[in-house]
Amino acid sequence: MMPLLQVENMTHFFGGLRAVHDYNLSIEKGEVRGLIGPNGAGKTTIFNLITGVYKPSEGKLALDGASIVGLQPHQIASMGIGRTFQNLRLWRHMTVLEHVRLGRYSKITYGLVGAFLGTPQRHREEAEIEAHAMRLMKLTHTDRFANTVVTNLPYGVQRRVELARALATEPKILFLDEPTAGMNPEELIDMMNIVREVHKELGMAIFLIEHRMKVVMDLCERIQTLVFGEVIAEGAPEEIRNNPQVIDAYLGKEVEA
Amino acid sequence: MTSSKSGVRQWVSKTWEQFTTVPMLGWLLGALVAAILENLVGNTFARLVGMSKAPVLFGFDIALKTPLLIPSAICYVLVIYLLPVFIVARALRDPLNKLAAALLKYPIVVSAIVHLGVLYAALHIWSSLNDYRALVVKLILIAVILTLSLNVVNGYMGEFSCSHPGFMALGAYTASVLSVLFFVDGSVFGDALLPPAIGPFIFPLILILGGAVAALGAILVAVPSFRTRGDYLAIISLAFMFIVKSLIENLEIVGGPRGFRGQPDWANLPTVFAWTVISVWIINNFVRSTMGKALCAVRDGELAASSMTVNTSKTKMIAFLFGAFWAGVAGGLFAHVLRYVNPSTFGVQKLAEVLAMVYFGGLNSVVGSIFGAVGFTLLSEALRALELYKWIIIPVLLILVMIYRPTGLIAFREFDVSAMLQPKHKKEKEVDDAAASS
Ligand SMILES: Nc1ncnc2c1ncn2[C@@H]1O[C@H](COP(=O)(O)OP(=O)(O)OP(=O)(O)O)[C@@H](O)[C@H]1O
Ligand SMILES: [Mg+2]
Repeated sequence: MMPLLQVENMTHFFGGLRAVHDYNLSIEKGEVRGLIGPNGAGKTTIFNLITGVYKPSEGKLALDGASIVGLQPHQIASMGIGRTFQNLRLWRHMTVLEHVRLGRYSKITYGLVGAFLGTPQRHREEAEIEAHAMRLMKLTHTDRFANTVVTNLPYGVQRRVELARALATEPKILFLDEPTAGMNPEELIDMMNIVREVHKELGMAIFLIEHRMKVVMDLCERIQTLVFGEVIAEGAPEEIRNNPQVIDAYLGKEVEA
Repeated sequence: MTSSKSGVRQWVSKTWEQFTTVPMLGWLLGALVAAILENLVGNTFARLVGMSKAPVLFGFDIALKTPLLIPSAICYVLVIYLLPVFIVARALRDPLNKLAAALLKYPIVVSAIVHLGVLYAALHIWSSLNDYRALVVKLILIAVILTLSLNVVNGYMGEFSCSHPGFMALGAYTASVLSVLFFVDGSVFGDALLPPAIGPFIFPLILILGGAVAALGAILVAVPSFRTRGDYLAIISLAFMFIVKSLIENLEIVGGPRGFRGQPDWANLPTVFAWTVISVWIINNFVRSTMGKALCAVRDGELAASSMTVNTSKTKMIAFLFGAFWAGVAGGLFAHVLRYVNPSTFGVQKLAEVLAMVYFGGLNSVVGSIFGAVGFTLLSEALRALELYKWIIIPVLLILVMIYRPTGLIAFREFDVSAMLQPKHKKEKEVDDAAASS
């Protein structure tokens, strides 16, 4: 059987800088995978390459067996890769509900005529979109902020809005770029529970970048360690934790803590 | 001293409270009654308070020309406009609240049509006093379409476009040429190709074609400017405006710099009013839909928008053409209201005017644009008597708005028609307050 997402020999250069080298990944349906590595290792770049923000210099990318190399980000997103951003990229004038609704954009069928004339079909679809958005906001504990403009929300909530918005695209695989970055311990626990809940409820595959070992080790079935754009180790949390190369390059004292 | 001051304030807020529960229908009926009253006794009352005839635009003109008559003008506005509006609004508050509630039992269109009918009646009677008023009302309505269509681009989409006068010119000239070519005998194009009697029925189609040509022009601007992000659109669209203007100036068949006249008299008040209502309705529908919200998402973060499945370049293109289309329609109406167009109308001054209306009223807001267009046009007509000083006062006002409210007076507000048409009942809190104070 073919994996949900398959990346083969992906390499990317920024000018003379080789940010990613010969990267391989294969994710099955419903799997939870982690990607760790020191600052500047190329983790976010890998996300951006797979989601179409950059086009890889070399390599093959396939989602459900279909190549996605060279497609626009919105095409790849509609095909089933949803993502959040390391540095929040929320829309600063819009409310939480508007964010989550917009994730349904590619599911709209009422077209321009519906948008201009407010046809019954549009009202029906918009009502469905709203109901769906409300469900996702409940799931991510953001529902009570539905009509708040995002810039007025605490940081932890903003991160959850990013998650809810990504979920609205109905991803087959969800990319989370440091979902707990900058959170306090309370928000962190909350976020981990939400990710677990989301995975249980919706069952999509998850691929997450994290700096906090506790989070990756707890959530992921398999972990890749990236250093200078190259995977130096891949395996179950236990293997990664005990891999001397990983400890050497990256984990250091964090593991003991 | 302080106690008497707060006493006054209390009285004012108490009195105002009486009016917070007046439904929209109450205010509109009040305006209608005021307009009727003016029609009946306006001139008589004006003479009674020392003016030669009823002031045309709320007495600004008279007050600026003959400051001695300021008290008379104020008196006129109070007695003929404000008093009737408030009396009617208060007196009919309860039955009208019931009526508003009853109307909402039917589809919302019914209630909307009733409201618009009353509004139209008031405008019609008010503007029937003289031709100048009628013209101002029509120009205001056209300004609403224009402002709103520019707000789609500069507000909702967050780009800075300068080509609106150019789109307006394309619409104006296309519509003018079509209506003269097909429906006017003995014009520069010879005799009418179709019987002039059916002209008014074809007029909507002519306006739409004008809008379509403007939208075609918009493609020329959009294709090079949306390839890349940045300030390209501002520059390219500005160039486009100048190109359209000089193109028309050099087109002898439509009169070149002398302008083009002889448009049939089709743009009467009901026609202009209907087009304005339709455009507000369609634009508001669009910007409130999830497709319209995609525009705001592109504005606030293009990468995030595309990662949420939004096709950003298509979205921008559609919105830009949509805005240009309505500017073209506004241009066609404009040409038929004045029954004369001239390329110099569609230059930098027009651009400054539209931009001012958008930014004064408020970005990303349909109500803001309506307010901006009405407020700015009225202000600019009211200050006409000041001549040169007008162009000092208006920019200063604009600068003040920009300093204190950088996004405009009524920015980022949803225009929720159904909320506006609701009956207004006493709020719980006010009832509590009343109970506590007694
Ligand atoms: N658009 C770009 N142009 C040029 N260089 C880039 C670009 N994006 C990233 N880089 C470089 O590529 C390398 C990898 O960056 P990346 O953001 O992927 O790291 P990361 O592993 O996500 O780090 P962090 O943990 O800090 O988020 C860095 O050296 C960075 O400076
Ligand atoms: Mg990163």
